[in-house]
Amino acid sequence: MNNNDIVLRVEDIHKSFGGNEVLRGVSFDVRRGETKVFIGPSGTGKSTLLRCINQLTPPDRGRVWLDGEEVTNSGARINYFRQKIGMVFQNFFLFDHLTALRNVELALLKVRGMGKAEAREKALTELRQVGMEDWADHYPAELSGGQAQRVSIARALAMDPDVILFDEPTSALDPELTREVLEVMKKLAREGMTMLVVTHEMGFACSVANEVLFMENGVVAEQGSPDLLLHDPRFTRMKDFIGRIDSRMED
Amino acid sequence: MDVLPILIEWFPYLLSGVASTLGLVLIGLGLGLLLGLPMALGQVYSSRPVRWVIGVYVWFFRGLPILVLLFLFWFGIFPGLGLGNLSAFVVGAVVLGLRGAAYQSQIFRGAIQSVGEGQMIAARSLGMSRLTAIRSVILPQAMRIALPGWSNEYPNILTDSAVCYAIGVVELLTITSRMVTQTHITMPVYLATAGIFIILNYGGLKVLHRLERRIAIPGFGTGAM
Repeated sequence: MNNNDIVLRVEDIHKSFGGNEVLRGVSFDVRRGETKVFIGPSGTGKSTLLRCINQLTPPDRGRVWLDGEEVTNSGARINYFRQKIGMVFQNFFLFDHLTALRNVELALLKVRGMGKAEAREKALTELRQVGMEDWADHYPAELSGGQAQRVSIARALAMDPDVILFDEPTSALDPELTREVLEVMKKLAREGMTMLVVTHEMGFACSVANEVLFMENGVVAEQGSPDLLLHDPRFTRMKDFIGRIDSRMED
Repeated sequence: MDVLPILIEWFPYLLSGVASTLGLVLIGLGLGLLLGLPMALGQVYSSRPVRWVIGVYVWFFRGLPILVLLFLFWFGIFPGLGLGNLSAFVVGAVVLGLRGAAYQSQIFRGAIQSVGEGQMIAARSLGMSRLTAIRSVILPQAMRIALPGWSNEYPNILTDSAVCYAIGVVELLTITSRMVTQTHITMPVYLATAGIFIILNYGGLKVLHRLERRIAIPGFGTGAM
């Protein structure tokens, strides 16, 4: 593997809340254009891991590099790195007082210092990417969850990030709306966007992920292609976990 | 004695009282906003010592009767600061503003805190500095949430302003009482003054409610749609 292909390097991340050690040393490399999916029981630090990457939650130990530059301990430069590391949240977190268009525009204007016309143009382009250009003038409260999530993806895309972190992007959505968001994400993956996705959607993981990281008790317990983790008899823990979810759903 | 001609004769004088009262109210509200908003931001976002100082300020200005505050500043604090030459009007307006700031800061603090935590997280995740996030994301929402509660400050400060009578500000109540002394007409004069206060109150609230509707966002905030 050519080292230059590595866009994000995560090394030995530790994080505790109170006495509770949520992450106990997580490391992985992300190649440009790759989609990595994180799966595992709740409370195993998947979301915390994503927030440690863009320093929304500073890790206690460990380091993160983006394109060879250290993100951890970067002081005020963190605001630069965060532009390059997009994030999509379970509950969208759209800016409630702004239309879809203004949501996508805001950081272009206030962070990138773009001119009004240019920012508007770019925001419309990104909304088109996620199929939301017809809803540009609607406020978040007027959108369905799926639509809101697509706008939030457009908002992240607008900063031209090197990688986007998806923190359970469909967990607040019903199956119908989940599908429309996953479609957008699949399209992004096909177009070569680098993505880290925390999700419970096995179907998505199998069809899109280059690699699945199964997390348990704050560490990566199993790691490999979806096919490997699901079918190779040497790997059992993710299969057990999925079995437990399925049997719970059938109850 | 016929009351109406007397009321009409005094009417311009009453109007000058209205102007003075409105002056107290507008300066008081404005000063309260100017001080109250930063205080609220300080209480939510700044360090412990700063929060403590603001807490003491709020405790002081909310803890004392307005009349006591007024006398403290008029007879003690301003002269003590070498500002004994300030007119009663200025002292009255400033005291109303300082006191209003204490109340307004708590309205804004509550509003800022009721903006969802995710709004700041999302803003920071896009690379906004905390200051930019506060200015572009938190405050526009907080101000909308605050407005209905803030509107209460108008009738509060309008009615409180009458207390400035006690330090000799020539406002509506002062003129009213002069009228009573000189004309020996009591009830009709006080009724006229009461009527003027009610009209001022109604008019001001009308403006504020219109503002609430104008800045309302579909599906956001307080139902002021």
